[in-house]
Amino acid sequence: MLKLIATLAVLCCCTTAGATEGYRMPKLDIGKGGQCVEEPQWMRKNHMHVLLKQRDETVHKGIRDDKHSLKNCIECHASTRDNSVIGRADSFCEGCHRYEAVKIDCFECHSSKRSSALVQKEH
Amino acid sequence: MSDTNVQRRQFLKTSVGAAAVAIAPGMLLFDMAHGKSEAVSSKVRWGMLIDTANCADGCNDCVTACNKENGLSGGLSPTDSQWIRKVELKDMRGGRTLALPMMCQHCENPPCVDVCPTGASFKRADGIVLVDKHLCIGCRYCMMACPYKARSFVHEPLHDQKPDVPRGKGTVESCTMCVHRVDKGQQPACAEACPNKSILFGNLNDPDSEISKKIRTVASTQVRADLGLNTGIRYQGI
Repeated sequence: MLKLIATLAVLCCCTTAGATEGYRMPKLDIGKGGQCVEEPQWMRKNHMHVLLKQRDETVHKGIRDDKHSLKNCIECHASTRDNSVIGRADSFCEGCHRYEAVKIDCFECHSSKRSSALVQKEH
Repeated sequence: MSDTNVQRRQFLKTSVGAAAVAIAPGMLLFDMAHGKSEAVSSKVRWGMLIDTANCADGCNDCVTACNKENGLSGGLSPTDSQWIRKVELKDMRGGRTLALPMMCQHCENPPCVDVCPTGASFKRADGIVLVDKHLCIGCRYCMMACPYKARSFVHEPLHDQKPDVPRGKGTVESCTMCVHRVDKGQQPACAEACPNKSILFGNLNDPDSEISKKIRTVASTQVRADLGLNTGIRYQGI
């Protein structure tokens, strides 16, 4: 009986692992990573709303709350290799957006580079 | 009232005081660490006073500083963006020459805002006139409405924009009075770069600010004052 339970448990584990593999989630270069300003799962779902709200408040009211600014996102999540969140299949923004087939047009105007890296380059 | 009750009140008062003392510096530090979280208000009106007598002929430092700060190419072709330009004037009779920087005049009643069909061209509460490029459809009505020819249209795709100054093809742009610097408590790049300190930046609504004091004591002019736009940029000596 014990053996049977053990075998079932192992089988269950394998199927769960298999199921996750099956989605072939994009492997992202998360840059510096670390603790995000919000819960990561919540951010995956809601980052666009956060950015949209922040954008209007910054442009029209001059509220420059660093926490939810695009610049702050890039500061942490730009790749440590090229300081960018776009440009490669595993770039933080582009990786997911390619996978989801959602066009990302932020970076036609906004810089995709980590600003602290650009400051260093200038000096 | 029982003695216990009085003691309880005393305790509550002290705790509230202690909590305020403990929290206040934390809030201050939070504000410093997370940037400005308060909206701009109409108590402030940003403006500039430009002393044309000190503006040297041939000096282009304000223009160069603006281009560098905002990531503009500095090119002079009809399709290159110019946020500030040096204008040289000559009185044909007397022969007196004059040079001055000309840019968005940050009007109180901006014609560019009146004509914008999408609400992209707007005036911030503190008097800075901006384009919300998220809303701009590139119709260029504002460029036609502006009596100062202050706005430019971005014709070509851009790369390597400054993180603080997003710019993109298909939108209209102009002098932002370096809004990203002003929000940090700094001066616009042109005012800082002027070697003769002939661009004075400050709050027109504060009677004690340097700019208000100077406007009270010297004669200053608004360009095309006849239009009644009440510009935020004033010139001295024209």
